Amino acid sequence: MTYARRAWIVLQKDLLIERRSKEQTNALLFFCLLLLFLFQFALGPDRERLTAALPGLLWLGFILAGLLGLGRSFLAERENDCWEGLRLTPGDKSAIYLGKLAGNCVLMAAVEVVLVVLFGVFYDVDLWTPAAPLALVLALGTLGLASVGTLFAAMTSQARARELLFPVLLLPVQVPVLLATVSATQALLLGQPLADVAHWLKLLAGADCVYVTIGVLTFEFVLEG
Amino acid sequence: MIAAQDLRKAFGPTLVLDGVSLALPRGRCLAVLGPNGAGKTTLLRLLATLQRPTSGTVTIDGVDAVREPDRVRPLLGVVAHGSYVYEDLTARENLRFWETLRGGDPSAARVAAALAQVELDAVADERVRTFSAGMKRRLGLARVLLAEARLLLLDEPFTGLDRRGQKWVNEFLLAFKAGGGTAVVATHSLGGSLAVADRIAILAQGRLVLDRPATDLSPEALHRLYESLTEGAEAAP
Repeated sequence: MTYARRAWIVLQKDLLIERRSKEQTNALLFFCLLLLFLFQFALGPDRERLTAALPGLLWLGFILAGLLGLGRSFLAERENDCWEGLRLTPGDKSAIYLGKLAGNCVLMAAVEVVLVVLFGVFYDVDLWTPAAPLALVLALGTLGLASVGTLFAAMTSQARARELLFPVLLLPVQVPVLLATVSATQALLLGQPLADVAHWLKLLAGADCVYVTIGVLTFEFVLEG
Repeated sequence: MIAAQDLRKAFGPTLVLDGVSLALPRGRCLAVLGPNGAGKTTLLRLLATLQRPTSGTVTIDGVDAVREPDRVRPLLGVVAHGSYVYEDLTARENLRFWETLRGGDPSAARVAAALAQVELDAVADERVRTFSAGMKRRLGLARVLLAEARLLLLDEPFTGLDRRGQKWVNEFLLAFKAGGGTAVVATHSLGGSLAVADRIAILAQGRLVLDRPATDLSPEALHRLYESLTEGAEAAP
């Protein structure tokens, strides 16, 4: 119970700080709009090209927004040495990791919803019909991205070249997640049933379990430096 | 309560602490004085289990703090330069956060009492971003009170405070000691340290060059000793 309360208070604190400062939300929403305009110019009005490229573009948007958002998720902890306060807190430190992970998932999910809606409107694509299976793919992909992203953001938050280190560490580890999410998204947008992408979903679920477990087991060592 | 034996800390080839030993019983306050770069903050960080010594031991309440930091951390209350406060939370939210994370009782009544004790009850619902340095330090002390810490480690508690603020910190420390708490204070303030400390230690270039009961020292004697023991000892920036 105490463990869950501790994770919950970290999540609550992160969301409250973000709601007040709006630093990440504003930057990410503006970034999403920018991406949409760029993709529109790059692809032109050709619908076939657009349909083929859309899953990749969608996930490219999520990844880039994720890199921006996740990379900044420990900035508040750097201010006023709060990082040290977290280190000195008695008890299992993985509760802090799970709270931070949940906060990052909520933030990324909010950005993804906005991005998906904007993609649908801008490119006149029907995202409503495959909405439920697409939401499942997005949820699993987001958890995979955020679980490693939260851990690596903590690892690099004290480093001088963290803006460079973070994507360099994160992206290679994300290959299975990206492969599965882009392939599953493409199949769903082409109208295939969820059963046809079950193997990708299993890969995603497996990767998520591995990533979250590694995060829970190693966060204490990361925090202690 | 706290005993350090032959503490050494090196960062690469630079020896920052060199064979520091000290002991402090429960309910006492030790002021650690010294010029910039003498190793005061490093000593405090070793006692706070935030860094591991290169060699030597730290024992807190009979527990080896180097080997088992998790066992001594519930006893510690650390207020360093940053005070561990989130700028976009209010004072009340900060205390609630840290107390819940600690697994303690973050009830509204306890939080309100701690805020009243550090005289921040009037600004309890204002964001910390609007606070002065002294108010942030007081909020850090409220966190320590709420956690019922038995060993208080303060790094430069008087820096940036006006006379009233310094007096307030002194009164806080005296009340903390009266309640059975033990405190180690790293400071530049000779006058401030004499007002609250039971022992005075002086560090110079990583070595403990003085460790005496405060009652043995008048302000003038402490000033003279400090000047002579630390002359030319300030580390190059």
